[in-house]
Amino acid sequence: MIVRILGEGQFEVPEAAAAELNELDGTLEAAVERNDDAAFRPALAALLARVRAVGSPTEADDLRPSELIIPQPDATMDEVHKLLTDEGLIPG
Amino acid sequence: MVAPMGVMKRVTMVFRAKANKALDRMEDPRETLDYSYQTQLELLQKVRRGVADVATSRKRVELQVNTLNQNAAKLDRQARDSLAAGREDLAREALTRKAGLQTQLEDLQTQYASLQSEEEKLTVASQRLQAKVDAFRTRKETIKATYTAAEAQTRINEAFTGISEEMGDVGLAIQRAEDKTAQMQARAGAIDELMASGALDDIVSGPHDDIQAELDRMGAGHGVDHELERMKAELAQGSAPRQIEGGLAGSGDGASAEPARAADPAQAGEPE
Repeated sequence: MIVRILGEGQFEVPEAAAAELNELDGTLEAAVERNDDAAFRPALAALLARVRAVGSPTEADDLRPSELIIPQPDATMDEVHKLLTDEGLIPG
Repeated sequence: MVAPMGVMKRVTMVFRAKANKALDRMEDPRETLDYSYQTQLELLQKVRRGVADVATSRKRVELQVNTLNQNAAKLDRQARDSLAAGREDLAREALTRKAGLQTQLEDLQTQYASLQSEEEKLTVASQRLQAKVDAFRTRKETIKATYTAAEAQTRINEAFTGISEEMGDVGLAIQRAEDKTAQMQARAGAIDELMASGALDDIVSGPHDDIQAELDRMGAGHGVDHELERMKAELAQGSAPRQIEGGLAGSGDGASAEPARAADPAQAGEPE
């Protein structure tokens, strides 16, 4: 499956890694829901590190959409909240 | 409250929803291709402008860093000159001002690194978008040539969703870069204003470069003192025998040479 790290690009990630990524994502989501900045940063870093470790970058001209999208590495809590609603995206 | 499904899925859904909304607006799916391609080209232009804007800000900060570095070097030199002249108070003043500059320099260097990183990110993003836009253009022509409007739908949807996601990503990257650049420009503007108003010069060298003035005065003063000593010595040589005879009564002829010698070491002992 294809996973995108915002600001960084897309990665081809083996399906077998899905469960592990979902668990890391669960930790991240819990931190975001609690607005817990101290837990948020390591959770995001752990998820990103895992994607980079198990995934390989796709070709730049690959037009396939991603199945999962992860916020950029230096995203703030506020930016992630915006990404979860469409106010985070620029119209057009 | 949204049911737990993870941040990744939710962000993806937001991106997809946006692509679908755009697709729904189009009557003929093939029309979507040309319209989207136009938007892609516009976004590419925007990213390139973004890269140029960030580079401009970075260069501006670089110039400011250079100016502050020169000023810091000058204060350092003044501190050394002051110490050499035995004026620890002046040296301390110069070093205090230098420390003030150092704080600003560190701040500017952080800004510089941040802008450099944004510039790199945007450059990479623009290359990635360019590759995808090229791929989209090829795909678009194939779809238009080979398929009827109805048949094309699925293929268009996929290509459109893929490119739309990339555009969303790049769009966000530009926005972040613009926000950062705007912040930096405001701070750079403040420093430029400081420099232009002379307030920074005051930090560096006081209202009238007082440290330098003091050093110069000491330099000039030293010359005058030197001259005075030499004159005194010359005069002393001319009148010494009589004065010595009066002052050192009964000490004999051998004493007459001593005062002249004594004047020399005193003169040599003056700080250079």
